[in-house]
Formats: sequence, C-alpha cells, structure tokens
Amino acid sequence: MPVQWILLIVLAIAVLGYVLGRRRALTLVDGDARRLHSRPTYYGWNVALYAAVPALLVLLVWLFAQPMIIERSIDRYIPEDAVSEGQTRGMLLNEVRKVASTLNGAVAQDVLTRPEALTLTMDDSARMDALKAAGQAVLTKPVILDAAQQYMRSTHTGSIWLSIVTLALALGLAAFAWRRTGPEFRARNVVEQVMRAILIGCSTIAIMTTVGIVLSLVFESINFFRLYPWQDFFFGTEWTPSFGGGSELGMLPLLWGTLYISFIALLFAVPVGLFAAIYMSEYASPRVRSFAKPAIEILAGIPTIVYGLFALVTVGPLLRDWISQPLGLGNSGSSVMTAGLVMGVMLIPFVSSLSDDIINSVPQSLRDGSLGLGSTHSETIRQVVLPAALPGIVGAVLLAASRAIGETMIVVLGAGAMAQISGNPFEAMTTITVKIVGQLTGDNDFASPETLVAFALGLTLFVLTLGLNVFALYIVRKYREQYE
Amino acid sequence: MTDVTDTAAFGPGGERHTSGSLLTESARTRKRNAAEKRFKAYGIGAIAIAILSLVFLLTSIIGDGASAFRQTYASIPVTLSADVVDPDGNRDPEEMSGVYSMSYGSLLTDSLRNWIEQEGIQIEGLTDADLSGFFSNEAQASLRNQVLDNPELVGQTVEMTALTSSRVDGMFKGRVSEESASRDAKTSVAQFQLAEAMRENGTLVTRFNSSFITKPDASDNRAEAAGIGVAILGSLYMMLIVLVLALPIGVAASIYLEEFAPKNRFTDIIEVNISNLAAVPSIVFGILGLAAFINFAGLPRSTPIVGGLVLTLMTLPTIIISTRAALKSVPPSIRDAALGVGASRMQTVLHHVLPLAMPGILTGTIIGLAQALGETAPLLLIGMVAFVSTYPGAPPAGFFDPASALPVQVYNWTQRADPAFFERASGAIIVLLVFLLCMNLLAIYLRRKFERRW
Amino acid sequence: MNDMNIVERNVTTDTFKITARKVQVYYGEKHAIKDVDVDILDKTVTAFIGPSGCGKSTFLRCINRMNDTIDVARVEGEIKLDGENIYDKRVDPVQLRAKVGMVFQKPNPFPKSIYDNVAYGPRIHGLARNRADLDEIVEKSLRGAALWNEVKDRLQEPGTGLSGGQQQRLCIARAVATAPEVLLMDEPCSALDPIATSQVEELIDQLRKEFSVVIVTHSMQQAARVSQKTAFFHLGNLVEYGDTDDIFTNPQDPRTESYISGRIG
Repeated sequence: MPVQWILLIVLAIAVLGYVLGRRRALTLVDGDARRLHSRPTYYGWNVALYAAVPALLVLLVWLFAQPMIIERSIDRYIPEDAVSEGQTRGMLLNEVRKVASTLNGAVAQDVLTRPEALTLTMDDSARMDALKAAGQAVLTKPVILDAAQQYMRSTHTGSIWLSIVTLALALGLAAFAWRRTGPEFRARNVVEQVMRAILIGCSTIAIMTTVGIVLSLVFESINFFRLYPWQDFFFGTEWTPSFGGGSELGMLPLLWGTLYISFIALLFAVPVGLFAAIYMSEYASPRVRSFAKPAIEILAGIPTIVYGLFALVTVGPLLRDWISQPLGLGNSGSSVMTAGLVMGVMLIPFVSSLSDDIINSVPQSLRDGSLGLGSTHSETIRQVVLPAALPGIVGAVLLAASRAIGETMIVVLGAGAMAQISGNPFEAMTTITVKIVGQLTGDNDFASPETLVAFALGLTLFVLTLGLNVFALYIVRKYREQYE
Repeated sequence: MTDVTDTAAFGPGGERHTSGSLLTESARTRKRNAAEKRFKAYGIGAIAIAILSLVFLLTSIIGDGASAFRQTYASIPVTLSADVVDPDGNRDPEEMSGVYSMSYGSLLTDSLRNWIEQEGIQIEGLTDADLSGFFSNEAQASLRNQVLDNPELVGQTVEMTALTSSRVDGMFKGRVSEESASRDAKTSVAQFQLAEAMRENGTLVTRFNSSFITKPDASDNRAEAAGIGVAILGSLYMMLIVLVLALPIGVAASIYLEEFAPKNRFTDIIEVNISNLAAVPSIVFGILGLAAFINFAGLPRSTPIVGGLVLTLMTLPTIIISTRAALKSVPPSIRDAALGVGASRMQTVLHHVLPLAMPGILTGTIIGLAQALGETAPLLLIGMVAFVSTYPGAPPAGFFDPASALPVQVYNWTQRADPAFFERASGAIIVLLVFLLCMNLLAIYLRRKFERRW
Repeated sequence: MNDMNIVERNVTTDTFKITARKVQVYYGEKHAIKDVDVDILDKTVTAFIGPSGCGKSTFLRCINRMNDTIDVARVEGEIKLDGENIYDKRVDPVQLRAKVGMVFQKPNPFPKSIYDNVAYGPRIHGLARNRADLDEIVEKSLRGAALWNEVKDRLQEPGTGLSGGQQQRLCIARAVATAPEVLLMDEPCSALDPIATSQVEELIDQLRKEFSVVIVTHSMQQAARVSQKTAFFHLGNLVEYGDTDDIFTNPQDPRTESYISGRIG
C-alpha cells in the first residue's frame, strides 16, 4: 500500500474517532454537556490524537529505518568478488537501487508483471528487449539484478508490514481512547498534554537542525581527513584539485580570498551604512526618512543571485574597462574588487539597520546633556552617542563580517575561481564558499578527497561564522542590557 | 558635606571665554559649524551612495532583462513538400515521426530561399549557412509537431511564424551589430542585411514573448527558446512545501518558547540555537540537505521536496523570531483576562493570544518565504542546477520530480556561452523581483491593515 | 579678554539677566506656553513652580533653545539675554548654550571617565590652552559642585559608576565647567534621595554667587528653601511672579493660593 494511502487512512480513522469520541461523551451524559469534565470537542480530539499521533510517528520512523535495514541485508547479499576495480560497495548499492526502480517503473508501465520482474534473468532477451523499447533498459550484471530483485521483495514485504502495523495501531489506540471516554475523564488535560508535547517537539527542530549540520559536516570531514592529511589542508598554500588524484587541497588561498573580499566589502559597507544610519536617526526629517529608509531596506530584500548577476554583467566589466585595464592592474572582470564592492552594497542595509537600532537605543538624556552644554549635533554624535553605542556597533560589524564570509552567490559570479594569494584586488581570487559549490555540484563521488574536501571547507566556514556570531550576539546583548 | 565649603575656592569665573555678543558668530563657532556641515554631508553622501547603488542595480538588471520579454519571429510561407516529411506517402503519423527535425530545418531553409527570390531581395555573399542558421532549431521542432498533429498539412504551403535564432533576434535588441556580426562565426554581415531587409518588409516582427514565461529551459544552442516555466513551477512547489511545513512548526515552536517554556537551560539552549541558526550561511544548509536528505534519507536529487525541506529549515528561524515578537506584543492583560475567567493556558493562547498575533505572524512568514524564494546557494548543492526540460508532475507526486528554481535558473544561464542567455537571466530576475515585490507589498498591506497599537 | 569679563560682571544684582516678552510655544497643534513675560535677575535663584504639565519645563528649555531639538516645537515672542534676543536669526544656539548651561531631571553622565565628563564642555568650546589649564578647570568645577573631595582619587573611573547624588553633582560640575552665565536646572533633585537632595540644594545656594540660576521644581518646599524669586505657572500661563516669600505667604492670585495650599496640582 503506498504511503499516501496509509496516511489518508490514518487521518480518516482520526476524523472518525473525533466524531465517535465526541458523540460517546455526549451520549453518556444524555446530551447535557455541563456534566462532562471537559467540553465535548476535547473528547473527540482525545480519540483523534490517540489514533493519529503514534501511528504517524511509527510511519515516519519506519520510512527512515526500512531502507537502511534492507540495504544492510542487500549489502550482505552482494558477494565480495562482485565489487570490481575502482568501485565501492556504495556505488554497487546505488546500482541495485537504480535497477530496482527501473523494474518498478516497468511494472508500473505494464511492460512486465510483478512476478515476471522478480524472476527476470539477464538471459531473457525477449523481456530485456521489451524493457528497452519501453525506455526502461536494464543493463547490469546478474548479481546486481539478483540483488535488485531481493531488494524489491524486501521492500514489498516491508511496506505490507508497515500498512498492517500502522493501521492496527491507529485503530487499536482509537478504540482504547474511545472506551476511556466518560464524564469523569479529564479529556482536556490529556489533549493539552499531547499538544504541549507537540509544541516541544517543534521547538526542538531548531536543535536537531544544528545537530544535523554538525553531524553531516563532522562525519564527512573525518572521512576527508582520513584520505588527506589535515596539516596540508589547513596550512597548504596550493589549491589544485584534480579528480585523477594527486590533488593539492590547501585551504589558505581560499581563506585569503574570503577574508580579502570580506574586508573590502566591510570597508565599503561600514562607513556608508554607519553614516546612513546616523543621518537617518539623528538628522533626517520624517519625510526624508520615510523615503530613504525603505529604499535602503529594499537592498536587503534583493536576493544575492541578483547581486551576483550585477557583479558579473555590470560591475565587473565596468571596473575592468575603466580602472584595472587602464592602470595595468589586470584583465579580469571577476576580481576581489568586483565581488567586494557588490557585497559591500549588499551589506549596507544590514549595517545601517543594526546601527540604527543601536544608535536609537542610546538614551535621549545623553544627547540632551551634551547639547545642553553647547556642543553641536555632530560633536554630540561623535563624542557622546558613538562612544556609547560603540560596543553595539562593533557587534553589528562582526555580524556583517560573518555574513560576508558566508556569502556565496556574489563571489561565485563575481570573484572568479582562481585560487591564489595575491595583494592585487583587481585579480580574480576565490573563496571557501565558491569552492564548496564547485566541488559539490555535478556528479559527486563521495569516496574521493576532491568531493569530501567541500565538507571540511564547510566545517571551517561554519566554525568561523558561528564563532563570529556568538561573539557578536554576546556583545550586542551586553550592550542592550546596559541601557535597559 | 565638608565639600561645600570648598566652593570658596571657586572664584569669579576666570575662564569666561565664551562671552561676547551672541549676535556675532565667533571664529571657533564658525569652525565648529563647518565641521557640523561636513559631518551632515557625509551622512547625505552615504544615503546617496546607498540609493544610487540601488538605482544602478535595478536599472542595469531591468535594462538588460527587459528585452527577454520580446522575441523576434519571421512569418514566411513554408511548403511542406511530401517527399521530405512523408517519404512513404501514406500520411501515417506513426511513420512520419521517423523523420527527424533536421529535415524540417531544410524545409524552412528552402522556403526562406524561395521567399527571397520571390521578393527579389538581393544580398551579396548570402550563404546556405546563413539561411539555415536564420531560424532557431526550436522552429524545426515546432514545425514537425505541427505536421505530426495535423497530417493534412503535408504537401501544402502554410504561412508559418518561425522563431528566429538568437543572433537574428539579437540584431533587433542591440546585442548584434553589423560590425560584430562580421567577427562572429555564428552569423555574418549577409545574414544581418537579410534580417534588416525582412524587417523593412514587415516579415520579421519582434513581439511579446509569452513562451519565455511558460516554456522550460532549452539546450545551449537554442537560447532563443529557453524559458522559465519549469523554474517558476519548481519555485512554487518549494514555496508550498515551506509554507506547509515552516508555518505550523514555526508557530508551534514560538508558542512553546514564548508562552509555556520554563526558564531553564534547555530553553536557553534552544533560544541561543535559533538566533545562531538565523545567521548560519545558507550554503551550510545546502551541505546539510545534501548529506541528510539526499545521501542519508535517499531522497531524489534536484527535486522540490529536498529544496523545500532545506528552505524550510532555513526559514524556520526567521518565522520563529517574528512570531515570537508578534506574540510578545500581545499585552499580558489579555492573557490575564482569559485566565481570570477560568480558561486553561492552552485555551488562552489558542483562543485569544494567537488570533491577535496572527497578522504579525503572517507578515513574518511572508517575509521568510520571500527570503526562501530568492535563495540560491543551498539549491546548487542539492542538484537543482541540473538541466531540466520537462515540467514536474502535479503535487504531491510532482514534489519528487526533478525541477529547477528561479534563482538557480538564473545561475544556470550565467554559466552558458551564448550572450542571449544573459539577457534571459536578467529577464528571469525581473520575474523573480516582481514576485518578491508582490509578497512584500502583501506583507506591508497586512501590517497596515491589522496593525494594532496597545 | 578676561578683563572685559570682569568689567561685565560688575553689574549689580538688580540688573535683569533675562527678559522674556510674549513667549508662545507650540507643540504641533498644542499651545503649551501662552504669553509669558518674565524678567530674571542675575546672581539670583529663580524657581518655576506649578502642577505637572503646566509648561514650566517647556519655558525653561526655551531659555537655552533646547526646544530646537524637538521637531514639532515652535517658539514665538522674544527672550533677551543681556539685551540680545536669543531667537534672533544670527544667534547660534551652540554659542548660546555655552552661556546658558543646563542640568537635567535625571542625572545623565556620559559613559566616560569623571574627568572627561567635566572636561567635555571646555574641550568642545576650546576653553583651555593646555592640559594644565584643563586640569585646573576640572578641579575648580568639581570643587564648585562640591564633589572634588569624593572623586579626586578616581578621576579616571567612569562617571556612571557614581551614586545618584554624586552623578547629579557631576552633571552640575559639567555644566559649570563651560563657565556659563545662567544655569538652568530642570527638577534636578527629582531622581535623588533626601540626603543627596539636600547636598544639591546647598550647592545651588552656593552657585548663586556665580550665576543666575533658574530652577524648575515640583516641590514647593524646595522652591521656598533655595529661591529668592518664584514664578507660578498654570496651564501654560505665568500666573504670578515675585519674591519667593511673598508668593508663599501672600499669593495674589487665587490659583496660586490653591496650588500652594494643595488644592490643585
């Protein structure tokens, strides 16, 4: 039975349970709802939740667990000598899965019946041709075909058991909850307990996401460091991956590019963003503010791919034709400067809105104090407001830096792909994020260091940005407490 | 206070430098006011830089992309000679489908040659390659489909509106000039002149290009036929998934954290976690998607379901943060009132607090969705950059079909050689920005309409 | 320049330091101050009293044009300081505020060291020729604010670390350091405990030797203790102005009497 069907049936049982539970509660008190502990709907919900929640949980766990268990048994099924030179067992398993899904496709198209598919052999040329004609050609070794058929059988058995278990669970628990219904039964409390558990479950998703990120990065990074020495990764100055082997995977050129571009971006964004924030919060008339603030915020709403394209087709050629070529600094449209400037534009609203908040949280009494002493507005800002806001602004700049380091699309399109350490900002350089994209798009072989290096780069990036964020958030929080 | 007696030491103010008439500006004040003006000018300059950047960015993208919505077509009579399209002569579509598009291409070329002769157009150095390169490969395919759908056409001469190649199209969009045509291997001066002649003649028209919005992506040598249909559909599917997952989960998590959670280490960890997740680079979520959803859970690559899940995880912190702010803004007096008449805490939240916070929650959700719609980097890692030219099926099964997404389609096109793809990339961005604009306007409208001051 | 100053300060205490005529203040639509005429004497403590929202603080803020910092506020009429209209177009409020210092309701020391707090005004106005000069001004001002003995050993510590009363005296020292001629005080004791209040009140009495002091207070006892002249504001009008003793013992206007006897406000 397909999963959608199981889902629908379970939900149907739950709806039915709701109706029956509610009715039973009302019947037991002869329709006088006042004699019930809880309002009648809660009795309905009680039955519905009992029917749906455990069954759906089992369904979810089963869907994740079943392929893993089956694959492990299939893995045992494939003899050692079937693994040929240059292959991993993982690749064979992939092939098994592919063949199985081809056969399933053929069954769905009525090219084969299910028993035929399960007994198909490679020598059966008539059926093989029929499959080819239907666009479901099976081109593999007998061992794999065998394994694939085994895989189909197990999956089939598994899904039958899944249907039986979940439906039985839904029906059984619904019946149990329905029988428990009675005027004394505290349905509302039970329902609210369950809802609360669901709420807690939802709020732990954030933690599970973090755990997922850390696990996926760490596991594959460990695999990488088994294949490639960590010293060479962290301290190598050469980045020349080649899928044939013999790659140099030193991170330093990428780190240099990342930091250089981020530095230029901040060099542009911090003064502009800060002055824009100062002007808007201290000088601008409400009319100017009502126009300028949303305009700057639009910059924040523009997706980074748009900035990337802007860098690629407009800013890059412009800088090349007007600055770097006339000055003899380089011939490349993609450069640290291109990516840095465009990223700077992207960061302006980020810096300005954070600084705006922070400047506004400096108490007015300080400004009054300074103005009352006869200082000009700018003296007040420079000597009283900004020093008071400094920790918050530092926090904002750090957050912006973390964003610059993690930014991907602008550098992918604007910075180029040359891994090099150079001081000339008009040369193409590359960053950690560019190389993550580069190593992970296309066909991946998760056994080669050239692919796995992306996870180590990801881990580096994650640690770097997380460190900056934690530090920045700490500073900002401390700053806020000071004026609360 | 013994200190007070010290004031005797505070003699008549010896430092009264500041006196003098108020009506004349002292030299120092003049200097300070000049500094004030400079400082203010820096502020205005900063805002001007920001706004000019915005204007420059938008005009450059819109300027580049607007032409993607127009496309050049040629209408000429095409003779569908039976020898070519139906060599067996029995009008059986089954057999006719054995004839490849290429043959239809030669039909188009021949028809164009005939048309030139009839019209008496004389162009020096016009080669066969110029003629066969005049139309898009897409035109051959669509002619073939037309004939297969309607075998009666065989042997007749029909007026055909054919898509021209990207170079011919480019001549009318300023991308290709007579001078650049002379240096381009894919076009020639003769072809340029032919196009000019056909234009004067009224045979060549540039009109609104609806197929750009509805058609799927096309291969490298058919830039003129590429569209964003699949990408729009893919993005739409992902937004649906994000909405269906992130909104309830986000609201549930926020309700727990804001209304029920005790102040302890566990909730502290969750809170720190959420604020950090909001700042994790998006590409890291892509790595998570690749490792967890594709490699571990075995979901298919390039599909809206994986993209939707990744974007859900990315959007959750945004939604949680804005939902909590919305819940926080509901005054405690409302809760007290409900609790006071004997409602349980759950009832208080569901019946009173949540409905009041709803506009804020929706606004936050729309803004989160808008962010997710423009996100590119994580989708690259889960394979959505692959070339997909077939529409995904209807949901929910369609969620598991390969699809593209608008921003990824843009990236994909920037990696192609033909400059016509750049025009289309900018065009796709215009569509993306229009979507974002609509979503943000909706958010602003909701905020204005339901804004409540306590 | 010093000589000139000394000459200028030889005026008798009978001279009017500030003369206000037909002052109107609008906050947007609201007419906050109506037709106020008042003459404030030099070397005198003048108290503004009245119920909350009567406009006493608003009027005080007119005297050094602090209302300029509020977008919606608009001032009409004229206020003359030593015969010069401070609302004249040629007057720079920055220069004006150097002459007319202000102390606020809540102590608002800058998040800087005690020394830098006091030195702030002299620095921006360029009152000190060198470091020694500045040190002298700081010490004098802190002594003037009766704070020197308490803080002389920790001048480099942040001013925000002081107690409430010390902070307010630091703010007074800060205002005194720019060597103003008039010192405006907007309820300077309302955020202080009784002991700190009495210290500041004592200080105000000392300051009278040097400056024309205008103090806004919500406490009639305080007005009676520290001031020689008292003005009673009610609903934006200046109801009565005269010697403090007269106002408290023999008010002319029934509204003043009601307020003093505690029936309104």
